[in-house]
Amino acid sequence: MLRKKLTAVLMTLMLTVPGLALAEDYVIDTKGAHAFIQFRIQHLGYSWLYGRFNDFEGTFSYDEKKPENASIEVTIDMASIDSNHAERDKHLRGEDFFDVDKFPEARFVSTAFEEHGDGTATLTGDLTLKGVTRSVSIDVQHIGHGEDPWGGYRRGFQGTTTITLKDFNIDYNLGPASRTAELELSVEGIRQ
Amino acid sequence: MQWRNSVDGYGVVAIALHWLVALVVVVLFGLGLWMVELTYYDDWYRTAPDLHKATGILLFIAVAARLVWRWLNPSPRPLGRPWERRLAHGVHLLLYVLMFATMIAGYLISTADGRAIEVFGLFAVPATLRDLPNQEDIAGEVHLWLAWSLIVIAALHALAALKHRFVDRDATLERMLRPRKIQTRSSDD
Repeated sequence: MLRKKLTAVLMTLMLTVPGLALAEDYVIDTKGAHAFIQFRIQHLGYSWLYGRFNDFEGTFSYDEKKPENASIEVTIDMASIDSNHAERDKHLRGEDFFDVDKFPEARFVSTAFEEHGDGTATLTGDLTLKGVTRSVSIDVQHIGHGEDPWGGYRRGFQGTTTITLKDFNIDYNLGPASRTAELELSVEGIRQ
Repeated sequence: MQWRNSVDGYGVVAIALHWLVALVVVVLFGLGLWMVELTYYDDWYRTAPDLHKATGILLFIAVAARLVWRWLNPSPRPLGRPWERRLAHGVHLLLYVLMFATMIAGYLISTADGRAIEVFGLFAVPATLRDLPNQEDIAGEVHLWLAWSLIVIAALHALAALKHRFVDRDATLERMLRPRKIQTRSSDD
């Protein structure tokens, strides 16, 4: 009884005082493929090679009133790597690169989020890749948010970062121009 | 020239195809194991796999031609004890099955994304089965295990031929080396 009353009071407070609202939780729309984990790496220093991870899932929470509390968690199925070339993907899944039999998943768990006030932010978090966990910092751009045409509410971000392959135990020699890979993350969440 | 087989021995065509296939199988096995260890800056990094795939396609044609020739010709009478003949027949059958299976598995790796296999710029073999889940990885595992099985069985096949030559002292090995009608040793005695 008391609990019911308390809940009612809280609900009223939340509705009337927006600042008290709980953080908004979003599920990344991988089902509808409105999220992408892409990478690009130099080929010999002469061109960019693009690829992506097709299977991943994750959630984030973001409250406009308290953006510093924003957080995100993403799990990637490493075997889903797709660089549009089966033989290359087979090589990338092997021991020379991601060794997906041993390390089937990669994970990113945020530790901090700092908005700069101009629609950009810096997201920091722990990336676990090939069994190595390291802190990475991602440049984030808030792309947009609002109602979708089907009764839901969506919010999307774009993030970029550069990782050094050797930091994650990948030291196959692809040449001096290809020691780092750029990650481009496009994330759209549906509010729960 | 004895082109065709007889019940007593093999003709030139069967002998040539046998040794050609044997040589190419061994070379492709070695080439395959070697090429996957090459690093990005090795001269052969790109050419070795191309060579392996193209030669594999030509080998497929050669093995298919061998089978056709085998059906069009009489089979030389098998030598040895009854159980040896049955075993030999089974091993020969297994070798054909392993060769075809290995080559098909290899084909399924390279064509998993729909790419064709180029054969020395002469022609290209298009993809058929493609985009199955993890096709290139599964076909790769299968290709490797089949290739090892093939080499082990082929080694046993070779050992058996040497046993016929040096233990039984019959004409099994000789008639795969010389295309003339060889009388079996027992009838010489």
